[in-house]
Amino acid sequence: MNELKTIDELEKDKTGEQELFAFPELVFKEFLAILAAMIVLGLWSLLMDAPLKEVADPNWTENPAKAPWYFVGLQEVLVYFDPWIAGVCLPLLIILGLAALPYMDPNPQGVGKYGFRGRRLAISVFLSGYIFWFALILIGQFLRGPSWHFYWPWEDWSIVKAAEPALTNLPNPLGLALIAGYLGLGIAVTARTARRRRLGRSAQIKFICAWILILLMFGVMGKMALRIFLHIKYIVSTPYFSI
Amino acid sequence: MKLTDTQIWRSIFRHRFKDTERNRSLTISSNVFLHLHPVTIPAKAARVRFTFCLGGLTFLMFIVETVTGVLLMFYYRPLPEYAYVDIKLMEHTVRFGLLLRNMHRWAAHAMVMLVMLHMLRVFLTGSYKPPREFNWVVGVLLLVTTFLLSFTGYLLPWDQLAFWAITVGSKMAAATPFFGVEGPFHEWLGIHSQNDMKFLLLGDSEVGGNALLRFYVLHCVLLPLGCALLMLVHFWRVRKDGGISRPL
Repeated sequence: MNELKTIDELEKDKTGEQELFAFPELVFKEFLAILAAMIVLGLWSLLMDAPLKEVADPNWTENPAKAPWYFVGLQEVLVYFDPWIAGVCLPLLIILGLAALPYMDPNPQGVGKYGFRGRRLAISVFLSGYIFWFALILIGQFLRGPSWHFYWPWEDWSIVKAAEPALTNLPNPLGLALIAGYLGLGIAVTARTARRRRLGRSAQIKFICAWILILLMFGVMGKMALRIFLHIKYIVSTPYFSI
Repeated sequence: MKLTDTQIWRSIFRHRFKDTERNRSLTISSNVFLHLHPVTIPAKAARVRFTFCLGGLTFLMFIVETVTGVLLMFYYRPLPEYAYVDIKLMEHTVRFGLLLRNMHRWAAHAMVMLVMLHMLRVFLTGSYKPPREFNWVVGVLLLVTTFLLSFTGYLLPWDQLAFWAITVGSKMAAATPFFGVEGPFHEWLGIHSQNDMKFLLLGDSEVGGNALLRFYVLHCVLLPLGCALLMLVHFWRVRKDGGISRPL
């Protein structure tokens, strides 16, 4: 492929970076990748059949009824939050947060290379969210049995699990104080940092938005911890909505 | 006379295949598919260990889904009384029918997985930073479209797995604040079970024939078209934003 010796010399652009012809250098690699992917997919499809259960029956509920695997993480969040948060607000926030990400990260470092240094905060936050998403999927997909009870893989689903310990709600004033304290304090610290760094107005807004999203993400984890370790169902409960 | 010298051949392939720099360039620039690529690329951008081909493989899965999906459409009718029977018949009477369905199903899972891994790769290499911000946003829309494509396809086999997964999923639509019949504040807008988000999604208050038809049309027409349109923008912007990212 490289029998033409002059190419390498000719292909150095002004920055001295080596350039290759896309054909055949890149196209050949792509061809191999396609070939490998099609072989894997072909074998997978020959050896394993797509699932098909009995015909749909609205009168016979599947237990557990699981969402497709990529949504099982959100279904797992349903244990800890009401559907309007777990099924609507949280996915919307994730999508909005992801879309806004390039506008909230002012750090110009680390383009075009892997590496933790210089982007510690961004990579830590993103990876926490990413790992959290897949951890929830794994729990929902493999460790949840009938009535969404927790079962280890070696446990028999036919053995009925004992009911969860009784859950309590936090008194509303305490709950509101907790939320206000967590978000309020977080935002206050963020705003102060933004001021101290003498950021411009739009940079300040971006900085605060980024931190609100980060606080909300860790808030979701915190609420889950409250339920698991302190058996708290709602932090705030009203007739209209509960958190 | 050699085949490659005929007028027909020459009308299709505009250049010779001798390995010259001119022909290497022409292979890319005179081919509508290959000219997604620039004629030359930085050596670093062509490294497999940089991209792991994740975006390209996601696109490959989309093509596999389109081809197998169109073939499946020949044997499938989106009506509750036929859908499940058609799938069963496909497995037992259509030659390679089961293989076709298996490929469609597994490529769909692979596409969802690959698109998430591609997003991780793009994040870790900082490839969303200026001037590529907008293409990241297009990518997020493609991620959502992929989820929706997979989700709408999930109902089509019309088995217990499909029916109850979509029942669980569509309950979320009913929980939408203001616009869902079980969501907070829905009374304020006069929302009830016949005019809420879930009804819009399912064409009914429960999963049934209308939902099957809706999901079928979304799955086979609207979402693939939307996805193709977004991919067009996505690939074009990769080129316009300076190609695959590399250290500055």
